[in-house]
Amino acid sequence: MDNPKNEITNEIVEYAARLARLSLSEKEVAVFKVQLGGILNYVSQLNEIDTSNTPPTSHAIPSLLNVFREDVPVKSLPREEALKNAPDESDGFFRVPRVI
Amino acid sequence: MVKVDSDMTDHTRYETVIGLEVHLQLNTRTKTFCGCSIKFGAEPNTQVCPVCLGLPGSLPVFNREVLNSGIKVALSLGCDIQKTMKFDRKNYYYPDLPKNYQISQYDQPLSGRGKIGIKLEDGTRKEIGITRVHIEEDAGKLLHSETDSYSLVDLNRTGTPLLEIVSEPDMRSPYEAYEYLVKLKQVLKYLDVSDCNMEEGSLRCDANISIRKRGAREFGKKVEIKNMNSFKAVREGLLFEEERQREELEEGRELTQETRLWDEDKRVTVSMRSKEASHDYRYFPEPDLVPFEISADLVDGIRRAMPEGPEEKKIRFAAEYGMGEKDIEVLTAEKDIADLFEGAAGLSGDRTGACNWVKGEVMMHLKERETDVKGLKLSPGNLAQVIKLAGEGKISNLVAKEVLRESIDTGRDPYSIVKDKGLEQVSNADALGEIVSKVIRENERSVSDFRKGKDAALGFLVGQVMKLSGGKANPKVAGELLRKALT
Amino acid sequence: MKDTLNGIANYRKWLNAQKRAFSDIASDIAENAAKVNDSVHSFISVDKDEILLKAGNVEKSGHSGALYGVPVAVKDNICIKDVLTTCASRILEGFRPPYNATVIEKLEKAGALVIGRANMDEFAFGSSCETSCYGPTRNPWDISRVPGGSSGGAAAAVAAGQVVASLGSDTGGSIRQPGALCGIVALKPTYGRVSRYGLIAFASSLDQIGPMTRNVEDSAKLLEIIAGHDPKDSTSVDIEVPNYSKELGGGIEGLTIGIPGEYFIEGIAKDVLLRVKEAMEVYRKLGARIVDISLPHTKYALSCYYIIAPAEASSNLARYEGVHYGRRAKANDLIDMYIKSRNEGFGPEVKRRVILGTYVLSSGYYDAFYLKAQKVRTKIKEDFDAAFKKCDIILTPTSPTTAFKIGERMDDPLSMYLSDVFTIPANLAGLPAISIPCGLDGSGLPVGLQLMGKPFGEATLFKAAYAHEKNNIN
Repeated sequence: MDNPKNEITNEIVEYAARLARLSLSEKEVAVFKVQLGGILNYVSQLNEIDTSNTPPTSHAIPSLLNVFREDVPVKSLPREEALKNAPDESDGFFRVPRVI
Repeated sequence: MVKVDSDMTDHTRYETVIGLEVHLQLNTRTKTFCGCSIKFGAEPNTQVCPVCLGLPGSLPVFNREVLNSGIKVALSLGCDIQKTMKFDRKNYYYPDLPKNYQISQYDQPLSGRGKIGIKLEDGTRKEIGITRVHIEEDAGKLLHSETDSYSLVDLNRTGTPLLEIVSEPDMRSPYEAYEYLVKLKQVLKYLDVSDCNMEEGSLRCDANISIRKRGAREFGKKVEIKNMNSFKAVREGLLFEEERQREELEEGRELTQETRLWDEDKRVTVSMRSKEASHDYRYFPEPDLVPFEISADLVDGIRRAMPEGPEEKKIRFAAEYGMGEKDIEVLTAEKDIADLFEGAAGLSGDRTGACNWVKGEVMMHLKERETDVKGLKLSPGNLAQVIKLAGEGKISNLVAKEVLRESIDTGRDPYSIVKDKGLEQVSNADALGEIVSKVIRENERSVSDFRKGKDAALGFLVGQVMKLSGGKANPKVAGELLRKALT
Repeated sequence: MKDTLNGIANYRKWLNAQKRAFSDIASDIAENAAKVNDSVHSFISVDKDEILLKAGNVEKSGHSGALYGVPVAVKDNICIKDVLTTCASRILEGFRPPYNATVIEKLEKAGALVIGRANMDEFAFGSSCETSCYGPTRNPWDISRVPGGSSGGAAAAVAAGQVVASLGSDTGGSIRQPGALCGIVALKPTYGRVSRYGLIAFASSLDQIGPMTRNVEDSAKLLEIIAGHDPKDSTSVDIEVPNYSKELGGGIEGLTIGIPGEYFIEGIAKDVLLRVKEAMEVYRKLGARIVDISLPHTKYALSCYYIIAPAEASSNLARYEGVHYGRRAKANDLIDMYIKSRNEGFGPEVKRRVILGTYVLSSGYYDAFYLKAQKVRTKIKEDFDAAFKKCDIILTPTSPTTAFKIGERMDDPLSMYLSDVFTIPANLAGLPAISIPCGLDGSGLPVGLQLMGKPFGEATLFKAAYAHEKNNIN
């Protein structure tokens, strides 16, 4: 979405909600717009820091590398267990409303 | 339907640009991030666990063999293996993707650029660039029924390891795309890391195709084509799409960047309108997996242990066996074919025989049975026996072909088949004498023709001897006996 | 029962003196927990049958386990096989995991009586335990106040004497802040020290499970049991687990304690500051060296956290849409089902963070927000690396205030977020940090002292915490 000024608009809240598979009422959109705007305004303080030569940290323990498992089969769940929590099932499948 | 263009100017005014994305399912024993088996054909939802079901709290752990196979593939395509790779999450919603994100690789994939060579229609070679090879997990399967208002989800396939092989937009025609795909499959099959079967989905291909005015620098609007489930479909889908885009432009319409599906029955591409406003996958580094450093030692070790590729094999066959290019093409088309040839040649000590039997009878059986070498019950040893039996004249060529068929059907060894059925070629003059006399008695006309000097009549008589002997007669001996009796 | 359950040692002494079956004892424990729950609501529900079922297993396991018969509450986001585990969210209603979290396996192997369903903020998004879809937990010290969060139920259950110990999870302070507000010992281990397998993820790169206990000794004992490498968690570290309990007693002469100026800011309650300064005095008297240090990027930690955590959460929570488990709303087509299930299933704080997280990852904003935050995260880590060259541990308040009133901060997310301002940096840097009680404020509410350590430096934290516990005048 194009938003050069990093301004939180109704459209942006609705766009993010749509991506997140949420639908918000007009009232919720209005409330979230103000709250998200406040939070994003607050976090904009990060721009004060020069990070041009700083690598990002995505793992707290950067020395942890190359963690593998071997290619050895492990017993799967019995099907009843796999489907036990399914809201709807049929013939051993998870069942969902038709995908259009 | 697209009209066939008789006017060549249309074709020469536009240039087609194609890039392919190939997904290759690896044949490891277990899934990418959990220990569930990936064997094909299990009952739905029986090869699943908390991890591949995406149950809350479960965590992925990377299968070492997937990396090894990935490195093999990348090396075989001449790609640079990256020193560090990491996994990222690709976020989108679909019921066959239980976490609603796919673990994939975004900006630090397994490999960088590589290339493979294809042969063009005019015989020249062209290199097609490979952009990258990256590792990701497969989704499950969704079954739709026509009548029901429901869809069914089977998660057995979820988490199966995939390699995505992305090409550069280097192809300029559907023909080149097809050749690229054929060549790619050949190289990949040699590695034995995947079944490479398009019909079964272990090799899948999506294409990006655009056209532009010849000489233009900018690319045209790119259309992605999905749902092409065979090599033929790729060629036909692209031919259709190339023509459709050309027509749109010719008629002054604008093309849109979109995804279209190939409809196999109607033989057209159809626009896929999705509810999703746009694709915004929100990639970010997968926090549940650590980065991987790929050492030069690991890569070298894998490189050393790699099987010979088709190009290397061609060069070696030419040098070692002194074969013609055509024979080499056939014998190196697949690794299993080459192995069968080399095995049989070695065991029989008859290289020419092995070459002729493989490219003749064996290829005929492959075609007839629509299978691959693994689908024939033919070991190099059994083929070598057939070659020896025929080469040494112990059985006739005709019988040899039958023995080969039986060996392929049953897996039995040809020596036993010949022995049990008493199929040895009869070269003994005494044993054949009676048949020869009978043939002379019953074919007066040919006998007289021969005596009048028509040499061709002898061939017919030999044929009769063969027939009466049930194919076991040595035709050379039979000819000599006939000639002796009639002159 | 409250005193009986005050720490493992007391409990074991009492338990050993009992001349009756463990199932009878468990029955008493369940009844006490249920009774206390009426006012505190630390558990979403107390299921006596479930407890007795588990007690049966404990009895069968024999008496040799280090935690034999010890009732341990488990936050509602740690999977217990066949036991309701819902993250206090409507969207996971009815979910019974078909597997145990690794920490549950370890607890049960040690003989603990595992009691699930400790209340929490929905999906651990909160600092007050008020966003639970099952209603708030109350602070046992004053039931008009919050217990802190998100592991508010786990903290309150220990403080109220319903259990001897609990397991919570900490993403930005969710173990330590409620620990402080409820006056107990609460440890967030080094990232990777304890397996996360079976912990329902909030922000995967920050989450850690940790013990919440009445005293330091129990904290050390519990960590010994739950820590260690787990092949099922790629981010769990393969480093030997020390015998923490053994090292508790030694003196702390010569220990260097760093005091970061950046943590002693305006907005800290006066009494909190007083108690923390008194704690410094305790350490000084015990022979520790108190030195000033600087963690210059501290003020950016909250911003950093409120980008990274919601971003990861938005992805971690994508799986809740009613296809394979949990709540499914009635709908005609699939996308409608997704949207309705999520709309009905998630509370407002979850929606707020999911939308925020989705936004900061979305096309065009990733670099400005997510990537920027990851880089600032590096700066924050580097601050700690530098500081730990000058000191062994770092001392700060755990939270700027003591327990606040229920409802007080619910309409202002930013003020709520500020209660985690001192705890968040340890999560960003992956460091171990412990909150220990250091006295009460003027209203008689507990104040928490936070000690942060070097990676895998839990033993030093325990030692320092233990020394304070034994010599604290408050």
